Amino acid sequence: MAVCIAVIAKENYPLYIRSVPVQNELKFHYTVHTSLDVVEEKISAVGKAMADQRELYLGLLYPTEDYKVYPSHMIIVYYTPVCMFFILIENILLYRHTRYGYVTNSKVKFVIVADSSNTSLRDNEIRSMFRKLHNSFTDVMCNPFYNPGDTIQSKAFDSMVSAMMVQAS
Amino acid sequence: MESLTLTDVEQKYYSDLFVYCDTDNTKKVASNGKVLDLFRAAQLPSEVVLQITELCGATRLGHFGRSQFYIALKLIAVAQSGLPLRVESLNSVKDLPLPRFVVAKNEQEARHTAMYPDLENQGPYQGVIPRPPGRGQVKKVHTFYLMFTPLQPDTTSPVVSPHQSPPTSPHAWRKHKRQASGGNVERPPVVVAGAVWTPFREAQSGPVVVGDGMWSAHSPPPVQESWVSLKDTYPPSSSKMPPMHLSPFQENSSIRTVASVTTANEIQRQSSSGYDDPWKITDEQRQYYINQFKTIQPDLNGFIPGSAAKEFFTKSKLPILELSHIWELSDFDKDGALTLDEFCAAFHLVVARKNGYDLPEKLPESLMPKLIDLDDSAEVPDQAPDVGYSGSPVEVTPNKSPMPSLNQTWPDLNQGNEQWETFSERSSSSQTLTQFDSNIAPADPDTAIVHPVPIRMTPSKIHMQEMELKRTGSDHTHPTSPLMAKPPELSEETKLATSMKFVTANSGKCQGMFHYHKELRTIAVCRSNSGTSPEGLKVAAAPPPPPPRPNASHSRSSSLDMNRNFAAHPTGPQQSGVVACPPAIPPRPLPTQTSGPHSGHRSDEGLAAHSTTSPQQIPEQPNFADFSQFQAFAASDQPSDDGEKHPESLPVEKSTEGAGPLRTVKIDNQEDRAAATVNSAKGSIMAPPPKPVRRRLKSEDELQDEALPPKSNVIATVLATLPSIPRSVGKDKKAIQASIRRNKETNTVLARLNSELQQQLKDLLEERISLEVQLEQLRPFSHL
Repeated sequence: MAVCIAVIAKENYPLYIRSVPVQNELKFHYTVHTSLDVVEEKISAVGKAMADQRELYLGLLYPTEDYKVYPSHMIIVYYTPVCMFFILIENILLYRHTRYGYVTNSKVKFVIVADSSNTSLRDNEIRSMFRKLHNSFTDVMCNPFYNPGDTIQSKAFDSMVSAMMVQAS
Repeated sequence: MESLTLTDVEQKYYSDLFVYCDTDNTKKVASNGKVLDLFRAAQLPSEVVLQITELCGATRLGHFGRSQFYIALKLIAVAQSGLPLRVESLNSVKDLPLPRFVVAKNEQEARHTAMYPDLENQGPYQGVIPRPPGRGQVKKVHTFYLMFTPLQPDTTSPVVSPHQSPPTSPHAWRKHKRQASGGNVERPPVVVAGAVWTPFREAQSGPVVVGDGMWSAHSPPPVQESWVSLKDTYPPSSSKMPPMHLSPFQENSSIRTVASVTTANEIQRQSSSGYDDPWKITDEQRQYYINQFKTIQPDLNGFIPGSAAKEFFTKSKLPILELSHIWELSDFDKDGALTLDEFCAAFHLVVARKNGYDLPEKLPESLMPKLIDLDDSAEVPDQAPDVGYSGSPVEVTPNKSPMPSLNQTWPDLNQGNEQWETFSERSSSSQTLTQFDSNIAPADPDTAIVHPVPIRMTPSKIHMQEMELKRTGSDHTHPTSPLMAKPPELSEETKLATSMKFVTANSGKCQGMFHYHKELRTIAVCRSNSGTSPEGLKVAAAPPPPPPRPNASHSRSSSLDMNRNFAAHPTGPQQSGVVACPPAIPPRPLPTQTSGPHSGHRSDEGLAAHSTTSPQQIPEQPNFADFSQFQAFAASDQPSDDGEKHPESLPVEKSTEGAGPLRTVKIDNQEDRAAATVNSAKGSIMAPPPKPVRRRLKSEDELQDEALPPKSNVIATVLATLPSIPRSVGKDKKAIQASIRRNKETNTVLARLNSELQQQLKDLLEERISLEVQLEQLRPFSHL
């Protein structure tokens, strides 16, 4: 259910950002950007952290927060103790987007924004997604023609990310 | 649509063109883009093209199927020859020249051939990869071509860029193009080239097709005929030629060098090999790649590091993005370095790209590096990018022959604690166990687990030697000496000797707990073997394992049992023979001795017990018959006896913790030995008794503060085998005392060893802690 996957460089500029519902791309960019603060906070809090795989995974960055609210027509409910007139408050769609962070030893950050409206992803799944991301990222790095700091234009990386996003949604 | 009849030449040519247009490799539908490009290349007015597409039915269908494509081509030929476009004309027009496409391969090849005379100075091009005729994908890249055109004027030399190979072909192509376009646009140059080319063409009959093709448009019929005839041999290559991006480049009348000849030759070769595999590397190409590889990395089995490869391929002047993509495709194992195969693939892709072929999304099968170094390597056809670590299952191989690594680590594993658990699970002799474990990956559970195959069932000289080595290597010379002395003593009895060997072997191999578990069983087996077949001792194939262990257990656990057993089967001679088994025990303590510190004590005791029992065994044998009686006596007396002796010796010895338990264990061992001997006397019946005895022994061990089972077992077995002590007190006493003295000596040595090992352990732990601290300190820096 990853709706957006972003790779942010050490200097906090995005190396790669991709979201599935393309129309809301800007919003996702914003989401990712704000989550960077949380990431930084988590990194600095660790201090002399060991470069442990577990430590690389930061986990849920934010509690699920409302991302989108689609209020349909809201009708005020009147009710008296005697009679109750219930009127539906319909279709308030809340898209809760959960964000997960992951930091490599070289301070490259991965952020996954996932849609939690579906069955929530298990932690293991998120971890495996990050692991795949990390692996693909190292493959990109291994490419001598890739200059660190460039945006990632690797087709292999793209296809991997697409697979993750498709499968998730 | 009318049915279309094509001549053979036409058939071939059309099929080649179809393959060329079949970018999606569907073999059924030619991609519209390519087809339209091709039609445009036919230099027909667009309305004619539209008409053609309509006529062939493609507009109806919406795509170009094979038949539509063929019809379209035929119509193009019709149109080019000036005939009105009619469906009927498809079959009616005879001797229709093949449709010509300006930007098509035809011209490329024409240029190639035309280049020939001129290429002497282009020596290096010799090995240049000629256009891979097998390339099915041909794509016009005008921009790419234009990139090279500016360089045209100043290059008569083959090499345009410092990088030799790839540029050469493009250069060659360029020149070809120029010539071709010159031919199209300007007659004179073409004529010139044609003049040059014609003789060349005559010289080269085969590959010249393309040139012929092109010239045929402008040349007299004879040329065309030759071209047509040549077409038969050459169609694949012609169709495979990437469309030379035609652009009106300046005409370069410089003639191609031999490179074109070689190119042509190669093309011919390639064409003959079929055009099914557009990405196939020909031998010449491969040889060229290999030579280039050597310039960077002389070792053909070595790697080219990423940086070197980057420099090399950057010379080809391809955009970095494409080079990056090529790298992704060709670096199969994602290790940032190129092997020879990977390099060839990358090179091939670069050449293809320079010649205008599109880069594939996935690495073509023919370019896959052959993974040869692994036995279980399986080529992964799908180079899925999301593989990551598992990306190259073949090359990665933790599975790379787990056997050898295991065999090497086996000695280390022997010392490992984790091995003991595995050991105890084995139900074979210690010797076989060792062999087993060497085949299994106890430390690498994820590696292929080989079914345990007993390598050696009987103790062999090698085994013995190994044990000797182990013993000597463990700085336990003292312990070894008495033990070594034992075998000679025992050699008096063949059975003893063999059993001794068994025991030594077993004890040499087994360690600690493992010994305890295994030896008990093995000893039981040995006993049974010896009991049943005295002669069988020698073979004692089965787990000869230190008989003493079980004996010890037996003896310790139940002097009563032993007595009972013994009384029940007063088979003195047998017992004596059986006793032969136990004597083998002595060596065992050594391995236990060399085991971890926690077993230090045990080993000490075990060894001592061994030493005590074994020397006593021999002299005691004659008294074996009285052993049972002695057992009860021994139980009571021995403690006192040994107790007296032990206090004498023990205080002298380094007072280790093991002294106390050692003493008690010794006593128990003696009892155990008696029991063991009794048990052994029972022969086959021995099997069951050892178990209960063992258990009892264990309980006794538990009771004792430190008498750990292995040690006690060892001691017990030693004692058990020592029919010893028993009977004729007088004679025995001396022997006992002698053995006691010896045992005490060994005890001392063992105790010393134990303490040393403990010290070593402490040191190592401290080292480890310090290293960890250092690591901790260093870690934060890595985050900066």
